Amino acid sequence: MEWLVFVPLAAMALVTAVLVIILRNPVYCALSLVGTFFALSGIYLLLQAQFVAVVQVIVYAGAIMVLFLFVVMLLDLGHELPAWLQRDRPRLLIGAGAVAILLLELVIPVGSWTARAPHGPQTSEVVGAAGNTQLVGRLLFTEFLVPFEITSIILLIAIIGAMVLARR
Amino acid sequence: MTATVPLNAYLILSAALFVIGVAGVLIRRNVLVIFMAIELMLNAVNLTFVAFARFLHSMDGQIIVLFVMAVAAAEVAIGLAIIIALHRNKESMNVDEINLLKG
Repeated sequence: MEWLVFVPLAAMALVTAVLVIILRNPVYCALSLVGTFFALSGIYLLLQAQFVAVVQVIVYAGAIMVLFLFVVMLLDLGHELPAWLQRDRPRLLIGAGAVAILLLELVIPVGSWTARAPHGPQTSEVVGAAGNTQLVGRLLFTEFLVPFEITSIILLIAIIGAMVLARR
Repeated sequence: MTATVPLNAYLILSAALFVIGVAGVLIRRNVLVIFMAIELMLNAVNLTFVAFARFLHSMDGQIIVLFVMAVAAAEVAIGLAIIIALHRNKESMNVDEINLLKG
């Protein structure tokens, strides 16, 4: 039953991710990246992470992609030559080989690996009773309070930095 | 709920997405698309965190994902500001032509 949801979402995520790196127009790249974000959001729902799924849509598909599209349209980018035309063949082959090796290195250990028995306190029943968002909020303001505050400082620095850099 | 998706399936999907992101950084020359590939890699890692949070019955992974998203948002804001500044000085988005620090 879960596979019926997982397989289409995973296929959509992979296809749109490949489109991001092969399409030539940056606007199309950005739009297929939105597709990847939505597919991942669906997968987060499947993993019972409702709050993260909603934040994924709002922050990534909303804020970050709007920023990307804004810059793409502001800068009037020319079309890029496809990678297989602009680079010499040996370097492209070396790059493809490196990527293939990385994929094998990641997939082979992960595929043959079995997880330890779950031991954390937040089982499905606990999460279902309290609600995902409530648990996330409670952890954020108790156990992870210091990182949470540091995050706000990072965002403040980013605001100031972006203004300083982009100012004429 | 007989045929649940195992943790390994999520991890393999995450690995594939990460590798696609790496390939994007390697083959593309456009700074903006390289940035999108970096976002793709960050998302692959987020998927790993959420999958482990679900299967180890611990909420900590989801909290880390929120922090990763905040850092990614900050990174994109700074990165795009740098790209706009670059575009002002040099009418090019090709990373091969952006070598101001080479001297």
